[in-house]
Amino acid sequence: MAAEKVVTITDSTGVHARPATVLVNKAGSFSSDINLEYNGKSVNLKSIMGVMSLGIPKDAEIKFIAEGSDEQEAIDAIYDVIKKEGLGE
Amino acid sequence: MTNIKGIAASNGVAIAKAYKLEAPDLSFDKKVIDDVEAEVTRLNDALDISKKELETIKENARKTLGDEHAEIFSAHLLVLGDPELINPIEDNIKTNKVNAESALDETATMFVNMFKAMDNEYMRERAADIQDVTKRVMAHLLNVSFPDPALIDEEVIVLAEDLTPSDTAQLNKQFVKGFTTNIGGRTSHSAIMARSLEIPAVVGTKTITNDAKEGDTIIVDGIDGHVIINPSDDVIKQYEQKQADFEKQKEIWAKLKDEPTVSSDGKHVELVANIGTPEDVTGIINNGGEGVGLYRTEFLYMGKSELPTEDEQFEAYKSVLEQMGDKPVVVRTLDIGGDKELSYLDLPKEMNPFLGFRAIRLCLERDDIFRVQLRALLRASTYGNLKIMFPMIATLNEFREAKQLLLEEKQNLQKEGVEVSDNIEVGIMVEIPSTAVIARQFAKEVDFFSIGTNDLIQYTMAADRMNERVSYLYQPYHPAILNLVNNVIEAAHAEGKWAGMCGEMAGDSIAIPILLGLGLDEFSMSATSILPARTQIKDLSKEELASYKDQLLSMSTADEVEAFIREKTNQ
Repeated sequence: MAAEKVVTITDSTGVHARPATVLVNKAGSFSSDINLEYNGKSVNLKSIMGVMSLGIPKDAEIKFIAEGSDEQEAIDAIYDVIKKEGLGE
Repeated sequence: MTNIKGIAASNGVAIAKAYKLEAPDLSFDKKVIDDVEAEVTRLNDALDISKKELETIKENARKTLGDEHAEIFSAHLLVLGDPELINPIEDNIKTNKVNAESALDETATMFVNMFKAMDNEYMRERAADIQDVTKRVMAHLLNVSFPDPALIDEEVIVLAEDLTPSDTAQLNKQFVKGFTTNIGGRTSHSAIMARSLEIPAVVGTKTITNDAKEGDTIIVDGIDGHVIINPSDDVIKQYEQKQADFEKQKEIWAKLKDEPTVSSDGKHVELVANIGTPEDVTGIINNGGEGVGLYRTEFLYMGKSELPTEDEQFEAYKSVLEQMGDKPVVVRTLDIGGDKELSYLDLPKEMNPFLGFRAIRLCLERDDIFRVQLRALLRASTYGNLKIMFPMIATLNEFREAKQLLLEEKQNLQKEGVEVSDNIEVGIMVEIPSTAVIARQFAKEVDFFSIGTNDLIQYTMAADRMNERVSYLYQPYHPAILNLVNNVIEAAHAEGKWAGMCGEMAGDSIAIPILLGLGLDEFSMSATSILPARTQIKDLSKEELASYKDQLLSMSTADEVEAFIREKTNQ
């Protein structure tokens, strides 16, 4: 079983450095493996370079997948960051 | 002991150890190593010490520049702990038995190239962040020092080829007692920043970074433009005396802090200050300034990785307006381009940047950027006495277009229910000769003029102010300049408007009597020049100086003007 969440990016710059930093820091606080999928590619959400390398633009549809003992908490916390940072919905 | 002559850029005397701010040599050899574990440890040690440094830089940035500026260092820290970066480097060391330097370089280069190849301009810029961070680690692997102005924690004199505005903004006044550079002039940005930070500085020494070694004792005499390397005890004593005299002179000036600026025949003029950040307002208040004559907003845009948001700008403008109370605050809209670049805008390199795509020219084409600034200004307008000034206006159409955008954003805000002041004066900076020549036509439409002499002189004399070989042509007292300045002042007064000046010339002791006689209403200068200027004006008769006007305007050379003024004012 894995927890998942699909999000559409609404921020005009896409996933830029500041919110990416917050996302990666947040992901690092969970023990689950957390991946971010976009455009057929999947990266480790605990890696800033991985996240930035996707070059996620505005209007992109992205998917978070967490797998592990705290997967649901992780997905909820990440969705919280997305909303707080005004990154997407 | 060596004595080097440079250009006095910022008043005062400082004595401290030399600290060289130079890009380190990061070349290395690719080597095969035997002890793989030791090499991985070496890598991790370099990463750890780099992280500690970045934590310090981040803390300093938070204190001096605010949370927003500090955030970029959080991202840098994450890069250093990123498994996608670290794991391939470690694997490379372990499987190929290469040294840490070449493993780091290989992976870093791979990421840098990957980011550079992205089709999103913002993401391409991130390549520079990765380079910054990995260079620091490389320096530690190679055991070379990686100088960083924000890490200085003892009293020093900074020595550099040149200082960028963001380098200068990072200097901590508590430790950086003075600085000296190889290149630059009195009006280069490092010099202007030095005056606003009130740090003694000598620029344009040509060779200081070669002549002095790290740790040498250095005297920076920003009053007369001398730098002395390893002075004798006698010379140190002599300069300590000079430093004390300067402090005493400052106390005399300070007595006029709360007095209005009035000439000997009772005429009032306004002495206001040029600032770059809300923190600079303290300097104005300490020096008795009567307002802000030039708020350079580009510092909000510089030294960061993305455009400042509307809210971020609003907070800065509001802070300056609130601190100044009912005193006037002239805000110059974004003046970027020329020697001031924004890496994240990805502007193409130009052959003649000072004659190119900059300031209002850029803002009118990129109105997406410009409108954000105008909205932030309009929202802040209810917090004080705001005046908006457009830079580099060459034609009336540019002014009309910029004003139209301002009106549109005002209406948009009002529709959204946001309160906007109805008494915002909208003026222009006069720095292009074409505008100075037809100032009469402009005066019918603008609310005020502010003459930007640094650029007006370089454009009128066709002499690049960054080029030392033509620096003799930088002649503020040239009769051509005086005639243009006079034309602008007369045009303003004919329409009942006011004329100010926000270039270096406004704080110059030879220019002040001339400008007073020509009828200039507002003098905007470095905050530290205000009290000396007020002291000088107290003893000048405006009426007498006005009587020399025709004579001055018909003189043939700058030397003639200077000699005349020196004689009349006993300088």
